[in-house]
Formats: sequence, structure tokens, C-alpha cells
Amino acid sequence: MWELVQANRRRAATLVVVMAALLFFVGYAGGEALAPGGGMAGLFIAFVIWVALTLVSYYQGDTIFLTLSGARKIEKSDNPVLFNVVEEMSIAAGLPKVPDIYIMDEAAPNAFATGRDPQHAVVAVTAGLLETLNREELQGVIAHELGHVNNRDVLYMMMVGVMMGAIVMLADVGARVLYFGGGRRRTSSSSGGQGQAIIALVAIVLMILAPILAQLIYLALSRRREYLADACSALYTRYPEGLASALEKISRATVPLASASRATAPMYIVNPLGVTARGLADLTSTHPPTSERIRILRAMAGGAGLPRYNDAFRTVTGRPVGVVPFSALQDAPHVGAAAPTAPDASSRLKRVRQTTDMLWRLNQYVTIACSCGTTLKVPPAYLGRDISCPHCAAVHRVQAPAA
Amino acid sequence: MFALPFLFFVVVIVVAVAWLVGIYNGLVGARNVVKNAWSQIDVQLKRRHDLIPNLMETVKGYMAHERGTLEAVTKARQQAIDIAGSTEDRIKAENALSQTLRSLFAVAESYPDLKANQNFMALQEELASTENKIGFARQAYNDAVLRLNNRIQMFPSNIIAGMFNFQMETFFQVETPEDRQVPQVKF
Repeated sequence: MWELVQANRRRAATLVVVMAALLFFVGYAGGEALAPGGGMAGLFIAFVIWVALTLVSYYQGDTIFLTLSGARKIEKSDNPVLFNVVEEMSIAAGLPKVPDIYIMDEAAPNAFATGRDPQHAVVAVTAGLLETLNREELQGVIAHELGHVNNRDVLYMMMVGVMMGAIVMLADVGARVLYFGGGRRRTSSSSGGQGQAIIALVAIVLMILAPILAQLIYLALSRRREYLADACSALYTRYPEGLASALEKISRATVPLASASRATAPMYIVNPLGVTARGLADLTSTHPPTSERIRILRAMAGGAGLPRYNDAFRTVTGRPVGVVPFSALQDAPHVGAAAPTAPDASSRLKRVRQTTDMLWRLNQYVTIACSCGTTLKVPPAYLGRDISCPHCAAVHRVQAPAA
Repeated sequence: MFALPFLFFVVVIVVAVAWLVGIYNGLVGARNVVKNAWSQIDVQLKRRHDLIPNLMETVKGYMAHERGTLEAVTKARQQAIDIAGSTEDRIKAENALSQTLRSLFAVAESYPDLKANQNFMALQEELASTENKIGFARQAYNDAVLRLNNRIQMFPSNIIAGMFNFQMETFFQVETPEDRQVPQVKF
């Protein structure tokens, strides 16, 4: 898949150059407009912003996304099954290092990957995903995310998100200055009048540009990378049905993902925005229709290799050209899918219990097992020394959780 | 006047050398992927050997009547560790160990107390996952071997491979039909 890796690196570099051109233009024009001869100063400020934005989006993009989505890092003891599945898939994908694993306290089942390269990759899943999917389905989803990591989609998606997000944010700030700052200072000095007018003009231009730029995020991300990550998932797991059934369950969920925004939406395995937004966004959506992705995976008919996915894609969509790049097809092994095994016997109830227990622990709750069979969960903010059981009224001593 | 054909000649040479270097580096890269994939299998086999004594310690109290099953696992583990022969012998010994472990977990099904033991459940998950990891490492190894062997046999990289004596690698074959499947965990 080196073509994809190269293409993603090239796009990321192009993005940095385009941002430079855009910022330098705005900086120079803005400086020149505020004070004659101020163009160079504006250019300098724009240069500083550009360097900062590039460095931040490259080195800190993953942290920003994880913070925005409210994800927290977990250790192996928090959820051994999830850790094992990620380790298994990293081996299958041939990653140099097992990615860090983050969890989002959300009921909607979803997942995303981020990070600048396979050495610094992160996989984040929601609690709802852990509750909904059995082990084979979880493998399929994690393998899809590691496909994004291996194809370097993560780098480009991260940089696009941070840079475009920053512009949209600047435009928001500009709009606020225009609304609230404009009127108050009008009487302070007469010389400020011209400058104010220009700031207002720049703000208006940015406000018009911002939604267009946000739309560009969507246009820049082709649906193709989702199909390819699906193909990688089938290849790594040798079991396309796992991902197909996972996608079915995820798309059936009706809860929208609260922490997802338009800037982060393209990173998730299934579009996380609410059902209404999903309907509206269908024309410009970064994600192919989930039903189509499922049909392609199920049309692989006992195969699991990239050539088989390519054939299934052509059959289902009726498009003459497949999605897998030529070089990848040349090199790709023809492999069969694994036979379906006995269904994973772990019940949904068990998974829900495990997941919620993990969240209690992560939130520093103290758990006390009462002799009547009740498990008390004491919030960290509880100030009392003792607590009585609501069922049998036995009094327990509250101890701080072992760190 | 002589400069132009000469320059053209130099450019052709440079491009040809760069192309050959690219093929050579591709071969070295493919060979390193194979080596790395093999070491992954090694890591997981070692991990399995390390987990088994803990498992024995846990099940001993519950399965006193299953002495034969327990001894078979211990013996198969020791044989897999001691083996010093060819890769093929090692694979055989490890497959035998997988078989004995499988029968141990099958027997454990009829001990409800054992199945509810936290320690046992954790070890079962770890061993099942290690088994999965061995399977996926084997899968990655075989894919890598296929890529390397293709390059060694196909034109034009076969010329470079012949010049620098690149050797074809052997696949990690599986023995029984059950092993042919990707192992899946049962809870």
C-alpha cells in the first residue's frame, strides 16, 4: 500500500504549503490595510502563526483530538480483553509498536484512530462499543482502525482537522470581536475608525470563508480511505464477517455521539453525528453508506485478501474500477477467510458490567461489596467517613481507592 | 558539442543505478519484515511457556482427579522448551502443546468452581489471546515470506536477488485442520 502512504504524506505536505500561502496573504494584506508599510509586520506574524500551527498539528494533533473527544488512556488491567485484541491486531497488521489505547465514556458505539505515524498511534473506542460488540466484531473494528494507521490516513486526517479547525475558531473569535467589541470602542478615538472598519471587513470575510473551509475538510477526505481500511480489516482478521456484523450493530445504534463535532466526525469508523445530521450530510459525507460497506464485506465469498475485496467492491457498486491501488494488488497474497467459529458466548450483560466497572474505577469511585450482595459505588467527592448500605443498612467504612 | 550525448549518458547511468538500488533495498526490506515476523512468533511462544506454570498452579487444587491431563500439558511444555532441533521439530512440539492445552480447557468446562475463579478466567483469557497472537504472527510471517519469495522469483528483481544471493524462506505450515483456522477465543 505504499502508494497510499505516499499519497497521504504528499497531501499533508500540500496542506502545509496551502496554509502558508493563505496565512501569508491574509497577514500581508491585513498589515498593509491597517497601516501603510505594515505588510512586513503582518507577514511576520502570519509566519509565526503558520510555524506554530504546523508544529502543533503535527506533534500535538493527536492530543488535541483525544482531549476534544474526552478520551482517557487506559492500562491493561483496566480492560484485558480490549488490550489483547489491540495487541493481536497490531501483530496481524505488522505494526512496529502496539498503539496506546483510549476510552471514551459514551453510550454510542464508535471508534477512531489518530497519531502522526505507526510509532505514535492511538486507538480510541467508546464504552458503548465495548458493550455492544463481541470479540470477533471488536477485532474487525480495531483492524479497520489499524488499517488507517498503516495507510497513514491518520496523519493527514489529524492535520486537516487541526488546521481547518483553527481557522474556523479564528473566524468565530473574529465574529465575536465584531459583535461585542465594535460598538463599545466607537467613541474612544476617532483615529481608530478606519482600523475598526478594516478589522470588521476581515472578520466578515473570515466568517464567510469559515463554513466553506469546514466543507473543504469533507471534500478533502475521500470515501476511498474508508473502503480501503475495510479491506485492510478483512485482510488482517481473515474474517470479513466480523467487521460486517460490527458495522451493522454500530449503524443500528440511535444514540448520537455527544463529543463528536463536524471537525472530528471524519475520523470515526461510522459517521458519529446524529441521524438527522447524517441524512443531511449524505451528499458530502466522508463516510460511504454503511449498508454498502456491509454488502461489500459480505460479497467477499470466503476470501479475505485485497484482490477479493476489490472484486466484491466492483460487483456491489457496479463501478468498473476498484478501490485498491494497482501496486497493492500486485503484491497482495490471495488468502481465504477463516471459517466462522462458535459464536462468542460472552453475554452482553457481562460486557456491560465489565465496562461500567472499568468506568467506575477510572472515575476514582470506591467500590464496597456489602454482605447482602449489593455493591456500593462511592463517588470520590463523598466526604463522609462511613456509608450505610441502602438495602440492609449495614454501615461500611469508606477507604480511599488504592492508587 | 560532445557534452550533450555525454550528459545524456550520465543521466541514464544514474537513473539505472538508482533503480537497481531501489530494487535491492526493497529486497532487504522484505527480508527484514520476514525476520521481524518470525521474532514475533518467538515472543508469543515464549510468553505461552511462561504462562503455563501459573495456570497449573491455579487449576491444581480444582482438578486433582485430572492428573493425566495436567501432566500431559507440563510434559508438552517441557518438550517445547527443550527442543533444539530444526524449525520443523519446534513447530511440531508447539502444535502438540496447543493440543494438550485445548484438552485441558475442555476438561475445565465441567468444573464450575474453577470456571468462576477470577485468576483462572484471567489466565484463560491470556492464554487464548496468546494463541490468537501466535496465529496472527504466523499469518503475518507467511504473508511476508510470500512477498519476499515473489520478489526473488519475479523479473526484474530476481536478477538482483541472484547477484546478492537472497534465499527463499519457508512457510510456517500448519498441521491439523483445526490449526488452519484463525484461532478464536471462547469464553
